[in-house]
Amino acid sequence: MPTASVTEPKDQLAGDDMSPLLSVRDLVVTFNVEGGIATAVDGVSFDVLPNEVLGIVGESGSGKSVTALSIMRLVPDPPGKLAGGQILYKERDIVALSYEEMRGVRGNEIAMIFQEPMTALNPVFTIGMQVMETVLTHEKLNKKDAFERAVEMLEKVGISEARARMGDYPHQFSGGMRQRVMIALALICHPTILIADEPTTALDVTTQAQILELMLDLKQKEGGASIILITHDLAVVAETCQRVVVMYGGVVQEVATVGEIFGKPQHPYTQGLLASLPSSLGGKHERLHAIPGNVPSILELPSGCKFCTRCEKVEDRCREQTPPLYDLGDGHLVRCHLMEDRGNG
Amino acid sequence: MKDSTLKSQKSRSPFQLRLRKFRSLKRGYYSFILLVGAYVLSFFLPFLVSDRAIIVSYQDEWYFPALRSYSHETFGYFESLGFFEDKVYPPETFGQESISVRTDYRKLQSQFEESAQDNWVLMPPLPYSPTEQFLDESGHPPHAPSAMHWFGTDDRARDVFVRLIYGFRISISFSLLVTSISYLVGTTVGATLGYFGRWVDLIGLRFVEIWGAIPFLYTVMILAAMLGPNFLLLVAILASFGWLGISYYIRGEFYRENAKDYVAAAIATGERNPVIMFKHILPNALTPIIAFAPFAIVANVATLVALDFLGFGLPAPTPSWGELIGQGRANIREWHLVVFPLLAMFCTLQLVVFIGEAVREAFDPKVFSRLR
Repeated sequence: MPTASVTEPKDQLAGDDMSPLLSVRDLVVTFNVEGGIATAVDGVSFDVLPNEVLGIVGESGSGKSVTALSIMRLVPDPPGKLAGGQILYKERDIVALSYEEMRGVRGNEIAMIFQEPMTALNPVFTIGMQVMETVLTHEKLNKKDAFERAVEMLEKVGISEARARMGDYPHQFSGGMRQRVMIALALICHPTILIADEPTTALDVTTQAQILELMLDLKQKEGGASIILITHDLAVVAETCQRVVVMYGGVVQEVATVGEIFGKPQHPYTQGLLASLPSSLGGKHERLHAIPGNVPSILELPSGCKFCTRCEKVEDRCREQTPPLYDLGDGHLVRCHLMEDRGNG
Repeated sequence: MKDSTLKSQKSRSPFQLRLRKFRSLKRGYYSFILLVGAYVLSFFLPFLVSDRAIIVSYQDEWYFPALRSYSHETFGYFESLGFFEDKVYPPETFGQESISVRTDYRKLQSQFEESAQDNWVLMPPLPYSPTEQFLDESGHPPHAPSAMHWFGTDDRARDVFVRLIYGFRISISFSLLVTSISYLVGTTVGATLGYFGRWVDLIGLRFVEIWGAIPFLYTVMILAAMLGPNFLLLVAILASFGWLGISYYIRGEFYRENAKDYVAAAIATGERNPVIMFKHILPNALTPIIAFAPFAIVANVATLVALDFLGFGLPAPTPSWGELIGQGRANIREWHLVVFPLLAMFCTLQLVVFIGEAVREAFDPKVFSRLR
């Protein structure tokens, strides 16, 4: 384990020499819905570096969950379809993997934590069985060893009396406890990438902090898995991530380090998002800022910049042509025409 | 007193909880015990109701005629398989003079009692066989109920009571067999269609629909006429139509369960498709067909009765309820031929319905039950 990078993770971002662990390239995911074909993810590209926590932020319907599901090849097909692009993992294109090859990747190398811990565990099996099952699928272990592994893992995720609780059913656990079990399930095979799809959304605030802390803690202890954290909670991002991908309308709008995103947000959408956060410094009667309008229906996304219908700084060219991703240096990418004079597209 | 809040208590799966609720519904639970008890007991019928002796002690040697012919008497309706031949002791074995190949053990018993030797015969409590004809009774068959023949005899002078209890085993066995085969096939097909969806579902469902459009009764009649009706053929025909409904249920359940996160989680951990289908989803999809099972059993018992009644059922002289009800229709003035078979069918089906009611209730998530 590279100790230096754990203590000072932001350092590694400075150099571009680090090859990405997972690389999403021009990913297009479409859904065949009543009324046409909806493009949920439209040419998304980003890298996941080794041992980092990457946040994917966006409103509901911005395509962040679909992106995550695509990496696991879990997009329901039909109506969903991976219509284009590549997802490169260890020099292999996940999109092109066969069912058997994909089975070896799922759970073993890339694992996933779901949003709803209430429904993500099978109600008819004991917790122990479900955790053991994951190990037994990927590793040649006998039942007894798998049992011990599961107990050990459950203890690590902070379930007290893990051995006694192995025989309990999901309905006997609280939401936070179930999410801990899900984390145990995801991490038991030591995956290199952990995708967490809004892991704390369904939990209450005190539990949220514990779960996030647990995830980061285990990431360090268990030997450096990269985490893709999908959330719409900017506080969570600020606390946990090193880099952030901001998505809107199925398109990546801005990619930057956490410091840059919160310190020098460039895209009007990111600026709007941050301005919408309640601030403790503001006056008592200050009104909360809101981005005007609603997220447009996925079938009625505007041409040109996807954000042009709600942008405060909208210009004519925004409605006509899609802005390219401008590179502002240090891996700070922004998709906005306003950057034209500043970066090199 | 039970205290479910105690943590030390053993964890119960949803199915265990349902089982517990089922047991608390007394009417259904006792009906279940009664019916299962009666069915298990019916496998000992050769030792309880039979014209073959249980033990014969003849010239210091012991013979077990009922045991010897047990497999045939119990599973004889699988005749077409040919495993269960009737292994009888010919009358000469016991020094009986007879023109028949079968030993008359009741006669043998009285013969032994008359002779001063140590030979003896242990007969079953009710020493009549379901196919035996009591032609030496006074009057014409069907005979009215008497002390000897509790429910009277049918138009061929066979004991109605004995035929009814043998018919019980056949009816229930038939129905269980048809139901389980239907369930097995229906579940597999439904699970495949529902899990894979897409073109598998599109093409598979069309096949199921076409199959379902074949008229059932005509198929039975034609096949029975061509091949000659026998137990296994009837099971096969009924099962080949019975799975359709089950597959619809399971297909729908699979579609619903497929959308749930735990399935995605199972896929995300890299499970194989068959494991996901039958280990993860199936237990969650079984509720409707389990609640439906007792009624399927009732339906299959009734179907066999109907086929027997119409004459397309089990071959003579199999003791069957439908055939007896048919005799009742032909001899409508002989009340015992009408009342007793219908009563037997009614009681059995009522018990199964009670069970079904309780099963349905046990799977109802509502805490308070109207049946308790």
